[in-house]
Amino acid sequence: MTNQLLLSLISGIFIAGSAAYLGTLMLSKRMAVVAGPLGHLALPGAALALIYGFSLYIGAFPFVILGILLIWGIEIRTRLPMEALTAIVFATGVAIAFLFLPIDKAEAALIGDISKVNAYETVSAVILCSVVLIAINRSYSNLMLMNINEDVAKIEGISVKKYNLIYLASIAIIVALGVDLVGGLMTAALVAIPAAASRNFSKTLVQFGLLSGIFGVISAVIGIISAKLTGLPAGPLVILTSTVIFLISIPASKN
Amino acid sequence: MSDILLEAKNFGVTLDRTPILKDLDFSVREGEFLTIMGPNGSGKTVLVKSLLGLLPHDGDLKWHKKPRVGYLPQGLNQTSVRDMPVTVHDFFSFKKLKQDEIRKYLSLVGLERSVLNKRAGLLSGGEFQRMLVAWVLASQPNIVFLDEPTTAVDISGGETIYSLLRDIWEKQQLTIVNVTHDLNIVYAHSTHVLCLSRFGHRCYGVPKDVLTPEVLRDIYKTDIKFYTHEGES
Repeated sequence: MTNQLLLSLISGIFIAGSAAYLGTLMLSKRMAVVAGPLGHLALPGAALALIYGFSLYIGAFPFVILGILLIWGIEIRTRLPMEALTAIVFATGVAIAFLFLPIDKAEAALIGDISKVNAYETVSAVILCSVVLIAINRSYSNLMLMNINEDVAKIEGISVKKYNLIYLASIAIIVALGVDLVGGLMTAALVAIPAAASRNFSKTLVQFGLLSGIFGVISAVIGIISAKLTGLPAGPLVILTSTVIFLISIPASKN
Repeated sequence: MSDILLEAKNFGVTLDRTPILKDLDFSVREGEFLTIMGPNGSGKTVLVKSLLGLLPHDGDLKWHKKPRVGYLPQGLNQTSVRDMPVTVHDFFSFKKLKQDEIRKYLSLVGLERSVLNKRAGLLSGGEFQRMLVAWVLASQPNIVFLDEPTTAVDISGGETIYSLLRDIWEKQQLTIVNVTHDLNIVYAHSTHVLCLSRFGHRCYGVPKDVLTPEVLRDIYKTDIKFYTHEGES
Protein backbone atom coordinates (compact mmCIF):
# COMPACT_ATOMS: atom_id res chain seq x y z
CA MET A 1 0.00 0.00 0.00
CA THR A 2 1.40 3.40 -0.92
CA ASN A 3 1.80 6.07 1.74
CA GLN A 4 -0.61 8.32 -0.14
CA LEU A 5 -3.33 5.68 -0.10
CA LEU A 6 -2.72 5.06 3.60
CA LEU A 7 -3.06 8.77 4.38
CA SER A 8 -6.25 9.00 2.31
CA LEU A 9 -7.71 5.95 4.05
CA ILE A 10 -6.88 7.22 7.55
CA SER A 11 -8.38 10.67 6.88
CA GLY A 12 -11.39 9.18 5.10
CA ILE A 13 -12.12 6.68 7.88
CA PHE A 14 -11.99 9.33 10.60
CA ILE A 15 -13.98 11.96 8.68
CA ALA A 16 -16.67 9.59 7.38
CA GLY A 17 -16.98 7.73 10.71
CA SER A 18 -17.42 10.83 12.83
CA ALA A 19 -19.70 12.49 10.25
CA ALA A 20 -21.93 9.40 10.28
CA TYR A 21 -22.03 9.28 14.09
CA LEU A 22 -22.88 13.00 14.28
CA GLY A 23 -25.42 12.34 11.52
CA THR A 24 -27.58 10.24 13.87
CA LEU A 25 -28.15 13.33 16.03
CA MET A 26 -28.77 15.53 12.99
CA LEU A 27 -31.22 13.01 11.55
CA SER A 28 -33.13 12.83 14.85
CA LYS A 29 -33.37 16.61 14.87
CA ARG A 30 -34.47 16.57 11.20
CA MET A 31 -31.42 18.66 10.45
CA ALA A 32 -29.43 16.27 8.26
CA VAL A 33 -30.12 18.40 5.21
CA VAL A 34 -28.51 21.47 6.80
CA ALA A 35 -25.07 19.93 6.26
CA GLY A 36 -25.68 20.31 2.52
CA PRO A 37 -26.05 24.08 2.38
CA LEU A 38 -23.18 24.45 4.85
CA GLY A 39 -21.01 22.43 2.51
CA HIS A 40 -22.05 24.60 -0.40
CA LEU A 41 -21.32 27.66 1.64
CA ALA A 42 -17.83 26.31 2.23
CA LEU A 43 -17.19 26.48 -1.52
CA PRO A 44 -15.88 30.09 -1.57
CA GLY A 45 -13.47 29.05 1.21
CA ALA A 46 -12.46 25.99 -0.76
CA ALA A 47 -11.95 28.22 -3.80
CA LEU A 48 -9.64 30.50 -1.82
CA ALA A 49 -7.72 27.46 -0.56
CA LEU A 50 -7.21 26.21 -4.10
CA ILE A 51 -6.14 29.63 -5.42
CA TYR A 52 -3.66 30.25 -2.61
CA GLY A 53 -2.61 26.63 -2.15
CA PHE A 54 -3.62 25.78 1.40
CA SER A 55 -5.74 22.93 2.80
CA LEU A 56 -9.35 22.76 1.64
CA TYR A 57 -10.76 22.35 5.14
CA ILE A 58 -8.86 25.37 6.47
CA GLY A 59 -10.47 27.47 3.75
CA ALA A 60 -13.85 25.86 4.34
CA PHE A 61 -13.95 26.20 8.13
CA PRO A 62 -14.50 29.98 8.56
CA PHE A 63 -17.16 29.95 5.86
CA VAL A 64 -19.03 27.10 7.55
CA ILE A 65 -18.94 29.00 10.86
CA LEU A 66 -20.22 32.09 9.04
CA GLY A 67 -22.97 29.97 7.47
CA ILE A 68 -24.08 28.57 10.83
CA LEU A 69 -24.14 32.05 12.38
CA LEU A 70 -26.07 33.40 9.37
CA ILE A 71 -28.66 30.62 9.31
CA TRP A 72 -29.36 30.71 13.04
CA GLY A 73 -29.10 34.50 13.29
CA ILE A 74 -31.54 35.10 10.43
CA GLU A 75 -33.84 32.39 11.76
CA ILE A 76 -34.11 34.09 15.15
CA ARG A 77 -34.63 37.48 13.47
CA THR A 78 -37.13 36.50 10.74
CA ARG A 79 -38.57 33.17 11.96
CA LEU A 80 -38.43 31.93 8.37
CA PRO A 81 -38.41 28.14 8.10
CA MET A 82 -34.96 26.58 8.26
CA GLU A 83 -35.20 25.07 4.76
CA ALA A 84 -35.90 28.47 3.17
CA LEU A 85 -32.88 29.95 4.93
CA THR A 86 -30.60 27.09 4.01
CA ALA A 87 -31.72 27.44 0.37
CA ILE A 88 -30.84 31.15 0.42
CA VAL A 89 -27.51 30.59 2.10
CA PHE A 90 -26.42 27.66 -0.05
CA ALA A 91 -27.28 29.34 -3.35
CA THR A 92 -25.33 32.41 -2.21
CA GLY A 93 -22.34 30.24 -1.34
CA VAL A 94 -22.32 28.53 -4.73
CA ALA A 95 -22.81 31.84 -6.55
CA ILE A 96 -19.89 33.52 -4.76
CA ALA A 97 -17.63 30.52 -5.30
CA PHE A 98 -18.23 30.44 -9.05
CA LEU A 99 -17.48 34.15 -9.38
CA PHE A 100 -13.82 33.62 -8.63
CA LEU A 101 -13.16 29.86 -8.53
CA PRO A 102 -10.86 29.00 -11.46
CA ILE A 103 -12.95 26.55 -13.45
CA ASP A 104 -10.03 24.15 -13.99
CA LYS A 105 -9.69 23.83 -10.23
CA ALA A 106 -13.40 23.54 -9.52
CA GLU A 107 -13.43 19.75 -9.36
CA ALA A 108 -11.54 19.47 -6.06
CA ALA A 109 -13.85 21.97 -4.38
CA LEU A 110 -16.99 20.34 -5.72
CA ILE A 111 -16.30 16.64 -5.25
CA GLY A 112 -13.37 16.51 -2.82
CA ASP A 113 -9.70 15.73 -3.03
CA ILE A 114 -8.97 13.06 -0.43
CA SER A 115 -6.61 11.16 -2.75
CA LYS A 116 -4.11 14.05 -2.50
CA VAL A 117 -4.31 14.59 1.26
CA ASN A 118 -0.90 15.12 2.91
CA ALA A 119 0.49 13.95 6.27
CA TYR A 120 -0.13 17.26 8.00
CA GLU A 121 -3.77 17.30 6.86
CA THR A 122 -4.22 13.67 7.91
CA VAL A 123 -2.91 14.31 11.42
CA SER A 124 -5.13 17.37 11.83
CA ALA A 125 -8.17 15.44 10.55
CA VAL A 126 -7.49 12.60 13.03
CA ILE A 127 -7.12 15.05 15.93
CA LEU A 128 -10.19 17.13 15.04
CA CYS A 129 -12.36 14.04 14.43
CA SER A 130 -11.25 12.50 17.72
CA VAL A 131 -12.21 15.68 19.56
CA VAL A 132 -15.63 15.67 17.86
CA LEU A 133 -16.16 11.96 18.56
CA ILE A 134 -15.33 12.31 22.24
CA ALA A 135 -17.42 15.48 22.66
CA ILE A 136 -20.44 14.01 20.87
CA ASN A 137 -20.15 10.67 22.67
CA ARG A 138 -20.14 12.37 26.07
CA SER A 139 -23.04 14.64 25.15
CA TYR A 140 -25.03 12.08 23.15
CA SER A 141 -27.69 11.24 25.68
CA ASN A 142 -28.30 14.88 26.64
CA LEU A 143 -28.38 15.99 23.00
CA MET A 144 -30.83 13.20 22.15
CA LEU A 145 -33.15 14.24 24.99
CA MET A 146 -32.90 17.84 23.73
CA ASN A 147 -33.91 16.57 20.27
CA ILE A 148 -36.92 14.79 21.77
CA ASN A 149 -38.02 17.75 23.89
CA GLU A 150 -35.91 20.77 24.70
CA ASP A 151 -38.13 22.02 27.55
CA VAL A 152 -37.93 18.69 29.36
CA ALA A 153 -34.16 18.71 28.90
CA LYS A 154 -34.02 22.17 30.54
CA ILE A 155 -36.16 21.01 33.47
CA GLU A 156 -33.88 17.98 33.88
CA GLY A 157 -31.05 20.44 34.44
CA ILE A 158 -29.32 20.12 31.06
CA SER A 159 -27.59 23.32 29.90
CA VAL A 160 -29.21 23.54 26.48
CA LYS A 161 -27.00 26.45 25.36
CA LYS A 162 -23.79 24.61 26.23
CA TYR A 163 -24.82 21.44 24.42
CA ASN A 164 -26.09 23.36 21.39
CA LEU A 165 -22.71 25.01 21.16
CA ILE A 166 -20.91 21.65 21.31
CA TYR A 167 -23.30 20.31 18.68
CA LEU A 168 -22.92 23.25 16.28
CA ALA A 169 -19.14 23.37 16.67
CA SER A 170 -19.02 19.67 15.85
CA ILE A 171 -21.14 20.22 12.74
CA ALA A 172 -18.84 23.04 11.62
CA ILE A 173 -15.70 20.92 12.03
CA ILE A 174 -17.19 17.87 10.33
CA VAL A 175 -18.63 19.81 7.39
CA ALA A 176 -15.30 21.59 6.81
CA LEU A 177 -13.42 18.27 6.89
CA GLY A 178 -16.15 16.69 4.77
CA VAL A 179 -15.35 19.17 1.99
CA ASP A 180 -11.90 17.54 1.82
CA LEU A 181 -13.37 14.05 1.54
CA VAL A 182 -16.41 14.44 -0.73
CA GLY A 183 -16.38 18.11 -1.76
CA GLY A 184 -18.78 20.94 -1.06
CA LEU A 185 -21.63 19.49 -3.09
CA MET A 186 -22.13 16.24 -1.21
CA THR A 187 -21.40 16.87 2.48
CA ALA A 188 -25.04 16.29 3.45
CA ALA A 189 -24.76 12.73 2.16
CA LEU A 190 -21.84 12.09 4.50
CA VAL A 191 -24.01 12.72 7.58
CA ALA A 192 -27.41 11.70 6.24
CA ILE A 193 -26.97 8.42 4.33
CA PRO A 194 -25.15 6.24 6.91
CA ALA A 195 -27.45 7.54 9.66
CA ALA A 196 -30.55 6.81 7.58
CA ALA A 197 -29.31 3.28 6.79
CA SER A 198 -28.48 2.71 10.45
CA ARG A 199 -31.92 3.85 11.53
CA ASN A 200 -33.47 1.20 9.33
CA PHE A 201 -31.46 -1.56 11.03
CA SER A 202 -31.39 -0.25 14.62
CA LYS A 203 -33.66 -0.91 17.53
CA THR A 204 -31.72 0.96 20.23
CA LEU A 205 -29.83 4.25 20.41
CA VAL A 206 -26.49 2.49 20.94
CA GLN A 207 -26.99 0.44 17.77
CA PHE A 208 -28.07 3.60 15.93
CA GLY A 209 -24.84 5.49 16.66
CA LEU A 210 -22.51 2.51 16.32
CA LEU A 211 -23.91 1.11 13.06
CA SER A 212 -23.99 4.56 11.49
CA GLY A 213 -20.30 5.06 12.32
CA ILE A 214 -19.46 1.60 10.91
CA PHE A 215 -21.39 2.33 7.68
CA GLY A 216 -19.50 5.62 7.35
CA VAL A 217 -16.15 3.85 7.74
CA ILE A 218 -17.06 1.06 5.27
CA SER A 219 -18.16 3.66 2.70
CA ALA A 220 -14.88 5.56 3.06
CA VAL A 221 -12.71 2.42 2.76
CA ILE A 222 -14.53 0.96 -0.24
CA GLY A 223 -14.88 4.37 -1.91
CA ILE A 224 -11.20 5.34 -1.54
CA ILE A 225 -9.84 1.89 -2.55
CA SER A 226 -12.10 1.65 -5.58
CA ALA A 227 -11.06 5.16 -6.57
CA LYS A 228 -7.42 4.00 -6.45
CA LEU A 229 -8.24 0.94 -8.56
CA THR A 230 -10.42 2.66 -11.16
CA GLY A 231 -8.88 6.12 -11.32
CA LEU A 232 -12.31 7.65 -10.71
CA PRO A 233 -12.70 10.42 -8.06
CA ALA A 234 -13.00 9.13 -4.48
CA GLY A 235 -15.71 11.51 -3.21
CA PRO A 236 -18.55 10.28 -5.43
CA LEU A 237 -17.49 6.65 -4.88
CA VAL A 238 -17.62 7.09 -1.08
CA ILE A 239 -21.12 8.53 -1.35
CA LEU A 240 -22.32 5.85 -3.79
CA THR A 241 -21.01 3.09 -1.50
CA SER A 242 -23.11 4.50 1.33
CA THR A 243 -26.09 4.71 -1.05
CA VAL A 244 -25.72 0.97 -1.74
CA ILE A 245 -25.67 0.30 2.03
CA PHE A 246 -28.79 2.43 2.37
CA LEU A 247 -30.58 0.53 -0.40
CA ILE A 248 -29.74 -2.76 1.34
CA SER A 249 -31.18 -1.34 4.58
CA ILE A 250 -34.59 -0.43 3.14
CA PRO A 251 -36.20 -3.90 3.54
CA ALA A 252 -35.06 -3.90 7.21
CA SER A 253 -36.93 -0.68 7.98
CA LYS A 254 -39.42 -1.20 10.79
CA ASN A 255 -41.61 1.72 9.83
CA MET B 1 -53.14 23.19 56.45
CA SER B 2 -49.99 22.24 54.55
CA ASP B 3 -47.25 24.67 53.63
CA ILE B 4 -47.32 26.92 50.60
CA LEU B 5 -44.91 25.66 47.95
CA LEU B 6 -45.42 28.21 45.22
CA GLU B 7 -46.98 31.65 45.30
CA ALA B 8 -47.81 33.94 42.37
CA LYS B 9 -48.87 37.57 42.81
CA ASN B 10 -49.76 40.01 40.03
CA PHE B 11 -48.36 37.34 37.78
CA GLY B 12 -48.44 38.04 34.05
CA VAL B 13 -46.85 36.96 30.81
CA THR B 14 -46.26 39.12 27.74
CA LEU B 15 -44.94 37.50 24.57
CA ASP B 16 -43.96 39.51 21.48
CA ARG B 17 -45.46 42.59 23.16
CA THR B 18 -48.85 40.83 23.41
CA PRO B 19 -50.13 40.30 26.94
CA ILE B 20 -51.13 36.63 27.26
CA LEU B 21 -51.82 36.58 31.00
CA LYS B 22 -52.06 39.33 33.57
CA ASP B 23 -52.78 39.97 37.25
CA LEU B 24 -52.98 36.34 38.32
CA ASP B 25 -52.92 35.62 42.05
CA PHE B 26 -52.77 32.07 43.29
CA SER B 27 -50.72 29.70 45.37
CA VAL B 28 -49.98 26.00 45.37
CA ARG B 29 -49.76 24.18 48.69
CA GLU B 30 -47.87 20.98 49.26
CA GLY B 31 -49.98 17.98 48.41
CA GLU B 32 -52.46 19.93 46.29
CA PHE B 33 -53.83 18.70 42.97
CA LEU B 34 -54.30 21.98 41.14
CA THR B 35 -55.88 21.88 37.71
CA ILE B 36 -55.44 24.79 35.34
CA MET B 37 -58.41 24.73 32.98
CA GLY B 38 -59.76 26.88 30.20
CA PRO B 39 -60.51 26.83 26.49
CA ASN B 40 -57.84 26.64 23.78
CA GLY B 41 -55.82 29.84 23.57
CA SER B 42 -56.50 30.90 27.14
CA GLY B 43 -52.82 30.65 28.08
CA LYS B 44 -52.71 27.43 30.11
CA THR B 45 -49.50 26.12 28.58
CA VAL B 46 -47.92 29.58 28.68
CA LEU B 47 -48.71 29.79 32.38
CA VAL B 48 -47.08 26.43 33.13
CA LYS B 49 -44.01 27.27 31.06
CA SER B 50 -43.59 30.62 32.77
CA LEU B 51 -43.99 29.05 36.22
CA LEU B 52 -41.19 26.67 35.25
CA GLY B 53 -38.95 29.50 34.06
CA LEU B 54 -39.14 28.40 30.41
CA LEU B 55 -40.83 31.69 29.48
CA PRO B 56 -40.33 35.15 31.01
CA HIS B 57 -42.97 36.60 33.34
CA ASP B 58 -43.93 39.83 35.13
CA GLY B 59 -45.04 40.15 38.73
CA ASP B 60 -43.96 38.00 41.65
CA LEU B 61 -43.31 34.30 41.65
CA LYS B 62 -42.01 32.82 44.85
CA TRP B 63 -41.00 29.24 45.55
CA HIS B 64 -41.16 28.81 49.33
CA LYS B 65 -39.13 25.63 49.17
CA LYS B 66 -36.57 24.54 46.63
CA PRO B 67 -38.64 22.40 44.30
CA ARG B 68 -37.68 19.17 42.60
CA VAL B 69 -39.73 19.59 39.47
CA GLY B 70 -41.10 16.93 37.14
CA TYR B 71 -42.55 18.12 33.83
CA LEU B 72 -44.58 16.36 31.19
CA PRO B 73 -45.15 18.91 28.41
CA GLN B 74 -47.78 18.58 25.71
CA GLY B 75 -45.10 18.34 23.04
CA LEU B 76 -43.53 15.23 24.57
CA ASN B 77 -45.73 12.73 22.79
CA GLN B 78 -45.22 9.59 20.81
CA THR B 79 -44.81 11.42 17.51
CA SER B 80 -41.57 12.94 18.82
CA VAL B 81 -39.98 9.47 19.03
CA ARG B 82 -42.02 7.46 16.53
CA ASP B 83 -39.33 7.44 13.83
CA MET B 84 -36.40 7.00 16.18
CA PRO B 85 -34.72 3.84 17.46
CA VAL B 86 -35.29 4.76 21.09
CA THR B 87 -36.28 1.92 23.42
CA VAL B 88 -37.98 2.36 26.78
CA HIS B 89 -34.62 1.51 28.33
CA ASP B 90 -32.93 4.26 26.26
CA PHE B 91 -35.52 6.71 27.55
CA PHE B 92 -34.66 5.91 31.15
CA SER B 93 -30.94 6.00 30.41
CA PHE B 94 -31.31 9.75 29.71
CA LYS B 95 -31.67 9.95 33.49
CA LYS B 96 -28.79 7.58 34.18
CA LEU B 97 -30.91 5.31 36.38
CA LYS B 98 -29.95 1.87 37.62
CA GLN B 99 -31.77 -1.17 36.26
CA ASP B 100 -33.65 -1.94 39.49
CA GLU B 101 -34.77 1.70 39.83
CA ILE B 102 -36.16 1.63 36.29
CA ARG B 103 -38.08 -1.58 37.08
CA LYS B 104 -39.43 -0.05 40.28
CA TYR B 105 -40.92 2.94 38.46
CA LEU B 106 -42.26 0.80 35.61
CA SER B 107 -44.10 -1.43 38.06
CA LEU B 108 -45.46 1.67 39.83
CA VAL B 109 -47.34 2.53 36.64
CA GLY B 110 -48.27 -1.07 35.94
CA LEU B 111 -45.86 -1.79 33.09
CA GLU B 112 -44.09 -5.15 32.73
CA ARG B 113 -40.31 -5.18 32.59
CA SER B 114 -40.58 -6.71 29.11
CA VAL B 115 -41.42 -3.23 27.70
CA LEU B 116 -37.83 -2.14 28.47
CA ASN B 117 -36.52 -3.52 25.18
CA LYS B 118 -39.44 -2.29 23.10
CA ARG B 119 -39.18 0.80 20.96
CA ALA B 120 -40.98 3.67 22.70
CA GLY B 121 -42.55 4.69 19.40
CA LEU B 122 -44.18 1.28 19.01
CA LEU B 123 -45.88 1.12 22.43
CA SER B 124 -49.64 1.66 22.55
CA GLY B 125 -50.70 5.26 23.28
CA GLY B 126 -51.69 4.34 26.85
CA GLU B 127 -48.48 2.39 27.53
CA PHE B 128 -46.38 5.27 26.22
CA GLN B 129 -48.15 7.75 28.45
CA ARG B 130 -47.70 5.50 31.49
CA MET B 131 -44.02 5.14 30.63
CA LEU B 132 -43.75 8.95 30.63
CA VAL B 133 -45.41 9.16 34.04
CA ALA B 134 -42.90 6.60 35.36
CA TRP B 135 -40.09 8.53 33.70
CA VAL B 136 -41.13 11.82 35.29
CA LEU B 137 -41.51 10.21 38.73
CA ALA B 138 -38.10 8.56 38.47
CA SER B 139 -36.42 11.90 39.27
CA GLN B 140 -38.30 11.83 42.59
CA PRO B 141 -39.95 15.21 42.12
CA ASN B 142 -42.00 16.85 44.86
CA ILE B 143 -44.05 18.82 42.33
CA VAL B 144 -45.13 17.56 38.92
CA PHE B 145 -46.45 19.75 36.10
CA LEU B 146 -48.57 17.90 33.56
CA ASP B 147 -49.73 19.61 30.37
CA GLU B 148 -52.71 17.74 28.87
CA PRO B 149 -51.24 14.33 29.70
CA THR B 150 -54.09 12.43 28.02
CA THR B 151 -54.38 14.23 24.67
CA ALA B 152 -52.94 11.30 22.74
CA VAL B 153 -54.97 8.53 24.35
CA ASP B 154 -58.64 7.53 24.08
CA ILE B 155 -61.17 8.22 26.86
CA SER B 156 -60.62 4.99 28.79
CA GLY B 157 -56.84 5.35 28.44
CA GLY B 158 -57.12 8.92 29.70
CA GLU B 159 -59.14 7.82 32.71
CA THR B 160 -56.52 5.15 33.49
CA ILE B 161 -53.76 7.77 33.44
CA TYR B 162 -55.67 10.05 35.81
CA SER B 163 -56.60 7.21 38.20
CA LEU B 164 -52.95 6.24 38.20
CA LEU B 165 -51.82 9.82 38.86
CA ARG B 166 -54.36 10.19 41.62
CA ASP B 167 -53.21 6.93 43.20
CA ILE B 168 -49.56 8.00 43.14
CA TRP B 169 -50.50 11.50 44.31
CA GLU B 170 -52.25 10.03 47.36
CA LYS B 171 -49.52 7.51 48.19
CA GLN B 172 -46.48 9.73 47.64
CA GLN B 173 -47.87 13.06 48.83
CA LEU B 174 -46.95 14.66 45.56
CA THR B 175 -48.03 18.12 44.50
CA ILE B 176 -49.58 18.11 41.05
CA VAL B 177 -50.24 21.02 38.71
CA ASN B 178 -52.27 19.70 35.80
CA VAL B 179 -53.48 21.40 32.62
CA THR B 180 -56.66 20.26 30.92
CA HIS B 181 -59.73 21.54 29.11
CA ASP B 182 -61.72 18.53 30.36
CA LEU B 183 -64.20 19.57 33.02
CA ASN B 184 -64.74 15.98 34.19
CA ILE B 185 -61.11 15.76 35.27
CA VAL B 186 -61.45 18.88 37.37
CA TYR B 187 -64.40 17.48 39.30
CA ALA B 188 -63.08 13.94 39.59
CA HIS B 189 -59.50 14.54 40.66
CA SER B 190 -58.58 18.10 41.60
CA THR B 191 -58.44 19.68 45.02
CA HIS B 192 -58.16 23.13 43.47
CA VAL B 193 -58.85 24.73 40.13
CA LEU B 194 -57.51 27.81 38.39
CA CYS B 195 -59.56 28.71 35.34
CA LEU B 196 -58.44 31.00 32.56
CA SER B 197 -60.24 32.42 29.57
CA ARG B 198 -59.37 34.48 26.55
CA PHE B 199 -61.64 37.22 27.82
CA GLY B 200 -60.00 37.94 31.12
CA HIS B 201 -62.45 36.01 33.30
CA ARG B 202 -60.91 33.61 35.73
CA CYS B 203 -61.67 31.72 38.89
CA TYR B 204 -59.58 30.11 41.58
CA GLY B 205 -60.50 27.85 44.46
CA VAL B 206 -62.10 24.52 45.31
CA PRO B 207 -63.88 23.22 42.17
CA LYS B 208 -67.35 22.74 43.63
CA ASP B 209 -67.26 26.24 45.15
CA VAL B 210 -66.02 28.24 42.22
CA LEU B 211 -67.20 26.42 39.09
CA THR B 212 -70.72 27.76 38.93
CA PRO B 213 -72.67 27.67 35.64
CA GLU B 214 -72.21 31.47 35.39
CA VAL B 215 -68.44 31.20 35.74
CA LEU B 216 -68.26 28.41 33.16
CA ARG B 217 -70.34 30.46 30.73
CA ASP B 218 -67.98 33.39 31.16
CA ILE B 219 -64.90 31.21 30.73
CA TYR B 220 -66.07 29.28 27.67
CA LYS B 221 -68.44 31.95 26.27
CA THR B 222 -71.09 29.28 25.80
CA ASP B 223 -73.67 27.52 27.92
CA ILE B 224 -72.17 24.46 29.52
CA LYS B 225 -74.49 22.16 31.33
CA PHE B 226 -72.83 20.20 34.08
CA TYR B 227 -75.13 18.26 36.34
CA THR B 228 -74.14 17.64 39.91
CA HIS B 229 -75.96 14.69 41.34
CA GLU B 230 -76.82 16.02 44.74
CA GLY B 231 -78.83 13.79 47.01
CA GLU B 232 -77.94 10.66 45.04
CA SER B 233 -77.09 7.63 47.08
